[in-house]
Amino acid sequence: MTDQDARVVEALLFLASEPLDERALADAAGIGEADVEEAIEVLLERHAPGASGVVLERVASGWALRAADEAALACARLLDRLAQRPLSKAALETLAVVAYAGPVSRPEIARIRGVAADNPVQSLLERGLIEEAGRSDRPGQPLLYRTTTRFERVFALEEGRHSLPPIDELGEDLPGPDEVRSRLVAMAAEQAVSIEEPGPAAESA
Amino acid sequence: MAPSSALALELDLEPFAGPFDLLLALVLRDALDLGEVPVADVCLAYLADLEAAGEMDLESASEFLVLVAALLELKIRLLLAPDEVDDMPDAQEAAEELAARLAEYARVQAAARWLEERLAATGPRLFRDGPPALRPPRPVLDDAGTGDPQALAGALADVMARSREEAEPIHVLRRRLPLLRLLDHVRRVVSERGSCSFDEAVRGLDRGEQAAAFWAVLDLVRGGEVAVTQSEPFGPIRMRAAHAAHDHATGAAA
Repeated sequence: MTDQDARVVEALLFLASEPLDERALADAAGIGEADVEEAIEVLLERHAPGASGVVLERVASGWALRAADEAALACARLLDRLAQRPLSKAALETLAVVAYAGPVSRPEIARIRGVAADNPVQSLLERGLIEEAGRSDRPGQPLLYRTTTRFERVFALEEGRHSLPPIDELGEDLPGPDEVRSRLVAMAAEQAVSIEEPGPAAESA
Repeated sequence: MAPSSALALELDLEPFAGPFDLLLALVLRDALDLGEVPVADVCLAYLADLEAAGEMDLESASEFLVLVAALLELKIRLLLAPDEVDDMPDAQEAAEELAARLAEYARVQAAARWLEERLAATGPRLFRDGPPALRPPRPVLDDAGTGDPQALAGALADVMARSREEAEPIHVLRRRLPLLRLLDHVRRVVSERGSCSFDEAVRGLDRGEQAAAFWAVLDLVRGGEVAVTQSEPFGPIRMRAAHAAHDHATGAAA
């Protein structure tokens, strides 16, 4: 790996509007992947937080440059992004469903959340956090949605969706479906018994 | 949790005081007997809440309706467990469905909270956006397997072959045609032979020179030196020296 290799990789990352993996960088630069990895090491130092206004980071299973945190406010002012409203609770829940269960259709999102998902889906589409991903084989062939690379960058997911915490670890204090089911079944059985207990007198009542 | 959510509804009931989501959690964990929960009071509390808020949040209202309906269905089945054993699995089914739905939804909420916290922790992240400059867009998932790879390769080969042809540079040079010489040429041929066809007169000339020769013929017709006749559109054009053409009407060239 030469100094020039590092500079070429830096230029590729500067131009790219999506994270680039080692292979894409190697193909474009015309060097080996091992050389790319060395170049990345050099660039990580050059573009470390605090050392540069542009930070190199591992995100969405690739490498990408972004504005340093200290410059984010100024950049947001330049790009007129200050007025963007935070994600609503409904949008966050819908995003969680798409991220964990995607590609998923709007009716499926509505089934899981118990409410219609039209507005949150539209809002997430407009923000570029989810995108269409073909159509389902189910009746009616509803559109499917999946999360975007932009979603992985906004949420700083190093290896994309693989960096999301396993859903089972998220609500450890929450009972699992089997546990809830068995408790409810037990409760139903208990209630049935207690109603039967009064005997013939209750039946005649 | 956003205050607009039905789950945040504050309840003050005899067996329970606290937010609605806690009530649901307690029921699910078997810590609270659903038979003791007055669902009607939950609804009244929600209606009072709505009235106090002064506006109807459809999202929150539908969320509340779904939850309360599920809760009510479960309670009805619990309380009215009939003597017929046949109906029991139905009640169990309903309980299982509600349990599965609530447990699934609880995890979605936990995932949503994780995303919210993640967003707050990472802060605004700004990067170059827009259509990828270096990579083609990611293919839509269901496109896989819809086409014959051979046909695709063939189509690509055609396009590449065509683009190679189109890529050959063609230099268009300005060409000067010897108009006066062609004028003399036509005049000479007509006067020498007295009469001849246009095709004979221009034989051996290239396209550009033929076009210029035609202009020369028109100029000679205009000047009265030559008369032309053409029996039908695109038919052969016959030219004769004007002095030999007195008896002929001057025809229009094609």
